[in-house]
Amino acid sequence: MRNVAIIGVGQTDFVKTRADVTYPELVREGAELALGDAGLSMRDIDAVVVPLAPDALIGIGNGERWLVEAIGATGKPIMRVNNGGATGATAVETAWMHVASGMFDAVLVAGADRVSESLSAQSVLNKMWDVAYERPYPQNTITMLAMSAMRYNHLYGADERDMARVTVKNRRHASLNPHAHLRAPVTEEDVLSSRLLAWPLKLGDACPSSTGGAAVILASEEYADRLGGQVAWIRGLGQNTETFWMGDRVGPAVLGDHADADALAVAFRRAYEQAGVTDPKTQIQVAEIYAPFSSVEFHVIEAAGFCARGESPKLLEQGAFHLGSDGVVVNPSGGVLCTNPIAITGTVRVVEAALQVQGRAGDRQVDGAKVAIASAIGGDHQFYSTFVIANNRDPIGNP
Amino acid sequence: MNPPAETAKPRFYEQTWDLSYRHALGSTVGVFLDGLREHKILGRQCPGCLRVLVPPRSYCDRCHVETGDWHEVSDRGVIEMMTIVYEPFKGLPEPPYAIAYVTLDGASTALLGYVRGTDLTDVQSATTQLAIGTRVVVRFSPEPKGDVTDYWFEVADPAAAES
Repeated sequence: MRNVAIIGVGQTDFVKTRADVTYPELVREGAELALGDAGLSMRDIDAVVVPLAPDALIGIGNGERWLVEAIGATGKPIMRVNNGGATGATAVETAWMHVASGMFDAVLVAGADRVSESLSAQSVLNKMWDVAYERPYPQNTITMLAMSAMRYNHLYGADERDMARVTVKNRRHASLNPHAHLRAPVTEEDVLSSRLLAWPLKLGDACPSSTGGAAVILASEEYADRLGGQVAWIRGLGQNTETFWMGDRVGPAVLGDHADADALAVAFRRAYEQAGVTDPKTQIQVAEIYAPFSSVEFHVIEAAGFCARGESPKLLEQGAFHLGSDGVVVNPSGGVLCTNPIAITGTVRVVEAALQVQGRAGDRQVDGAKVAIASAIGGDHQFYSTFVIANNRDPIGNP
Repeated sequence: MNPPAETAKPRFYEQTWDLSYRHALGSTVGVFLDGLREHKILGRQCPGCLRVLVPPRSYCDRCHVETGDWHEVSDRGVIEMMTIVYEPFKGLPEPPYAIAYVTLDGASTALLGYVRGTDLTDVQSATTQLAIGTRVVVRFSPEPKGDVTDYWFEVADPAAAES
């Protein structure tokens, strides 16, 4: 397989609502930013991958059809990818396969989301549960992750204050990121006193419904070298899938507990093996990981191999994972907790990881960032996508 | 005339998708729902790993074989995880309500259901009463509708849970 470079990235500012543009116009904004970043036009792009989550969430039947002209994609192959919350990352993985296989030289991943346009988001998300056994109950993504948080806290002795610390860290990071949606810093008390959604998750533990566009351009090594611009390299990637049945993630025959993210750990391991990462703690400086609720960040940090199970809350309290701390900085962008445009949230993780290893992350830049990871989670905590992204093609070793 | 676009006032188009579906549930679900009418919770066992899957499925995702024998499991079990919802969501029931995954005695996997009979007004008290490990019992609706909400869970020994 061929080496694959990220040759252009783009993201709009993320907000609650954009009344000045349509969905295709918003996709165009992100695509134009990435094309401009690469110094290319659509004439240089061989194929397009569109990240787009369930139709009912955005209220458009097959929105990939509507955006074709807006990004100038007529005459080019298009593939829409939907992997739930992992959509935006899986789309980049699909583009990687397009390029690594030798099929295409330059592939654009471009999408947008307008989550706040749905007035029924949790009702839409309820429809992903089993028709007979689970959908008659008001199961949704918030209750799903509330149950995970409850089990995590129970197993490892963490609590709601630990969760609040995640929000405090990420909001501080987001205040340094001009693209982030929720940028106002908050205190632990702010989070703890916020409205209870589904115990133990409160409004302060939850991501917003965000609107914006993002795009990434991947190219072959030969193409990138010929272009000669600033690039980031996808050194490894992984995917894995957990059982659909949440009730099988507990009980006497459990393999991977719903408190943890064992299937994600496997996806990280696959990416690490491909990239040659042998010691994530010392070899990775930045983690842009998908955690739409504060509690999720703990088991993702642990699945990524930055500490043992149940250790991350204590490390966070001691100052780890913050911008400016020693060791890996987790979600210097503010992460999904501060900005969640569902279909492209995974794409934004890749954008941010690339900007970090290129030293272009502005006020949220992690000093000395050379190797970053990006990840996303979709389905009912079921589909996992991971990346290792670096600023060069050298063997990954200790810094 | 060349009006600047930014002076146009925001305009929105509102639409409700009125979509109807009639999903076939399959015969394994059918047997489970028939069991509920007789106040029985039925599971189906994998001949490979011997797990008793509750809710029952026609296949085992670990062994990749068809499941076999049906087993009635106990109407008593333990809360594995739960949440109490206090926020209203459009298209979903009025809060507060509690839902939980419960492993019934004799089952290998956990079943989703409402937890009723616990006062949810006080969060601290309610979440203590519905903690992981709490013993619950299955109750059946006297007026079954023919879907899974015909059963729910209640704390088996409320006095013990509160103490």
